[in-house]
Amino acid sequence: MAGVTLDTVRKIYAGNVEAVKGVSLGIEDGSFCVLVGPSGCGKSTLLRMIAGLETISGGTVKIGDRVVNEIEPSDRDIAMVFQNYALYPHMSVYDNMAYGLKNRGTPKDEIEKRVKEAARILAIEPFLTRKPRALSGGQRQRVAMGRAIVRKPQVFLFDEPLSNLDAKLRVQMRVEIKRLQRALGVTSIYVTHDQVEAMTLSDKLVVMSGGQIEQVGTPSEVYRRPETRFVATFIGSPPMNILPGKVEGPGRVSVGGQILTVTDMREGLSPGTAIEVGLRPEDVQAGGSSSSTLVMDVDFVEELGATQLFHGKVAGAEFIVQASTGQIAAGTRKLTLSVDPANVHLFDPQTTKRLGRV
Amino acid sequence: MEKRALFSGKVLPYALLLPQLAITLIFFYWPASQAVWQSFLMEDAFGLSSEFVGFENYRFLFKQPEYYKAMVTTVVFSSSVAVLSLACALLLATQADKSLRGGHAYKTLLIWPYAVAPAIAGVLWMFMFHPSLGTLARPIRALGLDWNPMLNGKHAMILLVLSATWKQISYNFLFFLAGLQAIPKSVIEAAAIDGSGPVRRFWTIIFPLLSPTTFFLIVVTIVYVFFETFGIIDAITGGGPAGQTTTLVYKVYADGRLGGDLGGSAAQSVILMVIVIALTAIQFRYVERKVQY
Repeated sequence: MAGVTLDTVRKIYAGNVEAVKGVSLGIEDGSFCVLVGPSGCGKSTLLRMIAGLETISGGTVKIGDRVVNEIEPSDRDIAMVFQNYALYPHMSVYDNMAYGLKNRGTPKDEIEKRVKEAARILAIEPFLTRKPRALSGGQRQRVAMGRAIVRKPQVFLFDEPLSNLDAKLRVQMRVEIKRLQRALGVTSIYVTHDQVEAMTLSDKLVVMSGGQIEQVGTPSEVYRRPETRFVATFIGSPPMNILPGKVEGPGRVSVGGQILTVTDMREGLSPGTAIEVGLRPEDVQAGGSSSSTLVMDVDFVEELGATQLFHGKVAGAEFIVQASTGQIAAGTRKLTLSVDPANVHLFDPQTTKRLGRV
Repeated sequence: MEKRALFSGKVLPYALLLPQLAITLIFFYWPASQAVWQSFLMEDAFGLSSEFVGFENYRFLFKQPEYYKAMVTTVVFSSSVAVLSLACALLLATQADKSLRGGHAYKTLLIWPYAVAPAIAGVLWMFMFHPSLGTLARPIRALGLDWNPMLNGKHAMILLVLSATWKQISYNFLFFLAGLQAIPKSVIEAAAIDGSGPVRRFWTIIFPLLSPTTFFLIVVTIVYVFFETFGIIDAITGGGPAGQTTTLVYKVYADGRLGGDLGGSAAQSVILMVIVIALTAIQFRYVERKVQY
């Protein structure tokens, strides 16, 4: 097994379009790394460069201690699971899984042993003689994973493997992928645009945007302390509220004349400086006696069952509050929200970078 | 989802179908039934009277060694053209499928031969390979080969195969290209990661996935060689030398038009009709069932 190291990796397409702008990233051996970002952020391109399906325009990709820039995909000792499964439609499930082993000249009894083993782990034993078209989406996904694990590669690559499944199956397969990765301990790189998948699967979460890495960290680090406004609004659902504000003094900002105290604030910001104040919908409480409060005009309420989403405006900006159902009386038009100083995120309006303690 | 147009009356749908039905009846069923009827008749030498002779024309046909010879010629001709045109088309299609500079021009040029009328194609090839006039015949003769399709039956057949193949490659190329483009890219990529090189990938993944297209094209090409090469044969060899390039369809024409044996010619047409019906039936059966993956 091996880790993966990227050093200022670039991808420039014809016409000077830079899809990946110098990404450096270290992925530890055996860890589960998720690349997440909106479509067109370069995450899939990056994965395909690691796989060897795209040429690398600049920088180096290392798998273990070996630079693989010029090495064929088949010789990189990786396995990949594709979004559309990419099963060989004319082969049985067994042959689909055995294909990679046959190509490498694995002895027949060894192939059989490994395919049977993988089929057992993935619970697809009854389907071994079937063709892919006779399988459901979830079963095909398992076969695609089976094809990856029989090879016992150094690295698993997943390219949005769950996007073609329905919501319920997606949750189930997500759990299985995580369990499988834990059990096998193979370094995995997983690309998704779904932030829930990203949060739940990853040991290491990489948020990308515009061909660059916005932030790398554990899921809770990224959620608790987003480094940029992009990360703040991308991770978390509903997204973080961003309000225009002003610096009042050390540890103090104002939003529409309402004063908030802040724990994590850059020192030396001069009073009167414009600043963006980020608050997660789940981090503000209705009512309360806190010294930090905001007043919100409620427009409408969305019912989610266990929770309710209150949509409205604070200081003229759109604002969402998430609260347990029943916590806020129905028909409330004006809400007083108390804000924990530890939950206030500050961003520079120009650079969009976090203005936290250094 | 199926889209259905709904008509309130019964007259309009039939009226709309009428032109197509009329064409089918007048140009297909009527001549076909005429041929069947004619195959049971025999005319006198002057074409003044005819009498019903039952299966006499068929019996006579199967006693002719020339008929069996024409059958063999047809099999040799059609299988050569089928193999050659499919192989060339597949090769060209796999090359065109790669993204290359000027790909569009290349694809367009490849389609042109299909637009050339068979007789014109025949004349074109005949002039190129004419033993005394042909620009391409000269270098062949310079090599010491006694190239003469006018006198040598084998040479005549080679020339026919080449010209018929040249015309059919375009059609087969188009279908193969479409077939190749329908194979998901990720399947090929998965095979590449699975340790399969380009050649192995072609034979274990791409070729099997193309099999429905290949099968369809085999049938279409055989039907093409059976019938539509008439123009090429007539322009290049006229069935000669000494009947060595007379195929079944050419024999229908030679016996009926040139030989005046309308009954025998009609009997041959009926047999050809049966062969095509059989081919089509096989085609539909297989397309519905096996060859698909």
